[in-house]
Amino acid sequence: MSVRRVMGTEVEYGISVQGQPAANPMVASSQIVNAYASSTARARRARWDFEEESPLRDARGFDMARQVADPSQLTDEDLGLANVILTNGARLYVDHAHPEYSSPEVTTPLDVVRWEKAGEQVMLDASRMAAQVPGSTPILLYKNNTDNKGASYGAHENYLMRRSTQFAEIVRHLTPFFVSRQVVTGAGRVGIGQDGRDTSPERGFQISQRSDYFEVEVGLETTLKRPIINTRDEPHADPAVYRRLHVILGDANLAEISIYLKAGTTALVLAMIEDGFIDRDLSVEGAVNSLREVSHDPTLQQLITLRDGRRITAVQLQLEYLELARKYVEDRYGADADEQTVDVLARWESVLTRLERDPMECAAELDWVAKLKLLNQYRDRDGLDWDDAKLHLIDLQYADLRPDKGLYHRLAGAGRIRRLLDDAAIEAAMHDPPVDTRAYFRGRCLDKYADSVAAASWDSVIFDLPGRESLQRVPTIDPLRGTRAHVGELIDRSETAQALVAAITR
Amino acid sequence: MAQEQKQPRKSSQEETASEEVVETDVAERKETIDEDVDAILDEIDEVLETNAEDFVKSFIQKGGQ
Repeated sequence: MSVRRVMGTEVEYGISVQGQPAANPMVASSQIVNAYASSTARARRARWDFEEESPLRDARGFDMARQVADPSQLTDEDLGLANVILTNGARLYVDHAHPEYSSPEVTTPLDVVRWEKAGEQVMLDASRMAAQVPGSTPILLYKNNTDNKGASYGAHENYLMRRSTQFAEIVRHLTPFFVSRQVVTGAGRVGIGQDGRDTSPERGFQISQRSDYFEVEVGLETTLKRPIINTRDEPHADPAVYRRLHVILGDANLAEISIYLKAGTTALVLAMIEDGFIDRDLSVEGAVNSLREVSHDPTLQQLITLRDGRRITAVQLQLEYLELARKYVEDRYGADADEQTVDVLARWESVLTRLERDPMECAAELDWVAKLKLLNQYRDRDGLDWDDAKLHLIDLQYADLRPDKGLYHRLAGAGRIRRLLDDAAIEAAMHDPPVDTRAYFRGRCLDKYADSVAAASWDSVIFDLPGRESLQRVPTIDPLRGTRAHVGELIDRSETAQALVAAITR
Repeated sequence: MAQEQKQPRKSSQEETASEEVVETDVAERKETIDEDVDAILDEIDEVLETNAEDFVKSFIQKGGQ
């Protein structure tokens, strides 16, 4: 494969009730989700179907006992928290104490960008709708990963992989990539250490929002002792054929090129791992420490020690993966490589080359550089030290979803951060599903037969049909079926859910 | 300066003239960049939340995944 693969992202948003720091975040998150659900969903709201969920399944081949699991790991228990499926195939719900948007399954990096950015707009609309409820206090949402007081929340990526690939190979070849990719994918953070207290007047900025919250190399947890490689194994597809690689160490990005390169380069590395193409061992000595050290040095001079004894920078380590990926694509596809694969390779190379020369050359593309440039301009103009509250505010407000207040939006609006998509494409993705995965079937059903859909999940749509005593469950176990090519016409011509189900089960 | 010494002697007047042009160019560009930076900071000053310290302090989250 190339950069093409079944993938998707899940973003937990930071949430605060204006002027009420002690407000219950679960209640506020529910208000956000419910506001969106009640204004968009039709008469009936489909439930999330938990039947196929198994959050304690470990990719290494065993199940964790429920009794020893932390309550926060039991994500398959319906706690009555708001949970809704959108016509674009996404899931909007409350996870722990944050509103979360899980994108529909897509197959290209650009579509990852499109449906993730659509999620930002969904959240923004939701907060506006919640504000219209009489007597409500405005709720602010942030696409970031930490409050700088010790709490972190995730922006996860999911990549469907072949089950036949040895998990140990994934760990071996992906860990060095993950330790180093933050120089491209970091969102930037003011604050050092989990609670931000290691900040000093001279030292206060780091590349990644998340790196300080990772404590082990491999593990099942996502809320405590976070691992660089997460072993949660819940493919939402035929488990004999697929695994779902659940990536938890990424930052929540606002810059479209950061999101695009994150998905594109990771997909390329996974393709090489699946095909056994990586012929060298790039293993890092002390990956957890290296992850933090790289993040703490925005000059990008920090050296990483490889197990073979070499000491190289994170950019140089990324260049090794780039070189492998170039060879891989040339070897497998030659001149037939698809457009996005070629584009990802070109942008990846361009960004790494400029990062090595002068990181500031990437200020119009990458979140962390854009943020650092702005912070440095403030430091120069106002003579601010890194522990100044104003710099912390700039970091926080960069991630504010409101177009008038959010600094990412101000920079992008002023043309200082480049984009890949126009507003219309993102707006359409708030409502329309991707056409080339099962999300198409899910989304179209929600759109056309809302009254008859009792529940849905990644791998099923459950209908409640008049005259039928039991619910009719249509499994969608294959992520690449239920596409527009498969079912578009059928849905077009089925006036009712009965007609659709009859045609499918005939 | 090392580079100046390397310049051939002939047409030294021209050289100087063009160097001056380049310098003015750079200065002008720097001025434009400075103005540009000032403009964006002014714009952002206007939207930054008032009382940075309180605002940052009151952003308290429960941990997530």
